[in-house]
Amino acid sequence: MNSNEAPIIEVIDLVHQFGDRTVLNDISFNVHRGETLVIMGGSGCGKSTLLRHMIGSMKPTSGSVKIFGEEIATMKEHEIGRVRQRFGMLFQSGALLASLTVGENVALPLFQHTDKSPDEIEAIVKQKLEMVGLTGFEDLKPAEISGGMKKRVGLARALALDPELLFSDEPTSGLDPIMTAVVDQLTLKLARGSHMTAVVVSHDMTSAFRIATRMIMLGHGSIVAHGTPEEIRTSTNPEVHQFINGEADGPIPLNLSQDEHEHHQCVKPRPFALARFRFHHKIS
Amino acid sequence: MKNYLQLNASLLYWILIAPFTGQFFKIAPIFRQMVFIGVRAAPMVALTAFSVGVTLAMQAAHSLKQLGAEMYIPDLVMVTLLREMGPVLIAVIVIGRSGSAVAAELGTMKVSEEIEALEVMAINPVQYLVVPRFLAMLVMLPALTIFGNYIGVFGGWAVCTSALDFNTAGYVLRALQSADTWDLYSGMIKSGVFAWIVITIACNAGLHVEGGAEGVGQATTASVVQALLAMLVTNAVLTGIFFFAA
Repeated sequence: MNSNEAPIIEVIDLVHQFGDRTVLNDISFNVHRGETLVIMGGSGCGKSTLLRHMIGSMKPTSGSVKIFGEEIATMKEHEIGRVRQRFGMLFQSGALLASLTVGENVALPLFQHTDKSPDEIEAIVKQKLEMVGLTGFEDLKPAEISGGMKKRVGLARALALDPELLFSDEPTSGLDPIMTAVVDQLTLKLARGSHMTAVVVSHDMTSAFRIATRMIMLGHGSIVAHGTPEEIRTSTNPEVHQFINGEADGPIPLNLSQDEHEHHQCVKPRPFALARFRFHHKIS
Repeated sequence: MKNYLQLNASLLYWILIAPFTGQFFKIAPIFRQMVFIGVRAAPMVALTAFSVGVTLAMQAAHSLKQLGAEMYIPDLVMVTLLREMGPVLIAVIVIGRSGSAVAAELGTMKVSEEIEALEVMAINPVQYLVVPRFLAMLVMLPALTIFGNYIGVFGGWAVCTSALDFNTAGYVLRALQSADTWDLYSGMIKSGVFAWIVITIACNAGLHVEGGAEGVGQATTASVVQALLAMLVTNAVLTGIFFFAA
């Protein structure tokens, strides 16, 4: 990790508003090559929205998001495509194409973006599936495998083009502890061995501390804490302490009435509006 | 409406311009869609066209008998099928069967994040999903219409030879004499335009689904209703143009 090198991801003063609700407020951070950044925070505090800005599927109200030094927020669709070929994304649900088999899903980016022969592609698909512990599952349809398996296939697909940068949305939720460890080890191996940069949105604190080189905690749509895992673990900030230890009592409000919610949360709910908003924007 | 026009513009870009910049669409998915959209609709088209042919012949017989003009039954069956009933009825079948399926399929892909996943993999959803369906429909709806016309004329023949005083040769000769090639072409032009309308409306409805399973249901219904209305209105307009042009 060389902090003199230009950062892979540069987020500067990012603001995102839905109508009069500010979902992301003045977010700024950098991610350098080889780092694994874990973004954590309570439900509905803009983690997934932040991720969607970094992959270029949402446009900020103001501020800038640079990926590989290129401003993605103002890019045209075909230019974004060029940047997207350099990173992989693991969706929370896996987001596999249901009409294709597991093998075809992993092969899809290879068929679309490389000139490799079908034999070479088959070999890569086998290797990527082996990495996530799914050897021999090539010919099954996504409907025939479990949720955790889908997520691992999603990871294999995200890694198909050997990306320099990997985004993961809740990579370990729904996995058993052993598979969680396998996925974590894989992320670590790629980050340390191939200098892959990773941005992981996670609730899973065990996994987060295992893989992170740096952590960001979001709350109320802004950054509450930012530091190395050690700094986060020893943080005196009561919100961070409550979150990483999973305590019900603390400054992070739970089961709020609407009035209290107005004061504490970045997303101020109107009746049904919050649920609808979360649904459309898949805020976890 | 803005979405719909954007989809059409994007579709034309991926079919007409993108291949010259080295971004060819793949051929295999087009054939796969041709099977889904066209080949599997053939039995239903055949049954519908046959019953329409039979009905047309019987209705014609009923009216023309009173005028002593039964010999014109094949003319009526042939021309009605080629110009109107063939293209319209077969488009109705395809809207109900294939258009709704496309809207539901793309809608489900939208709500399960599959479309977003494609975009993030730098695969354009219009190029990957809409182009094959569009080209398949553009080939298969006219093909189904020709197929349906044959079956319909066969239905007319069944009535004429079994219940009326026609022999096969008389029926065929009379039918062929009555129709000129423009009747067929006008039907084919209609069919091609319907194909465009049906598939773009279905894809547009599917790609813009919001809100889970309920949204998919609504989009599917909307695609069928809109496609039917647009198709019938266009049919009236085209018939008007052909009537005054020919």
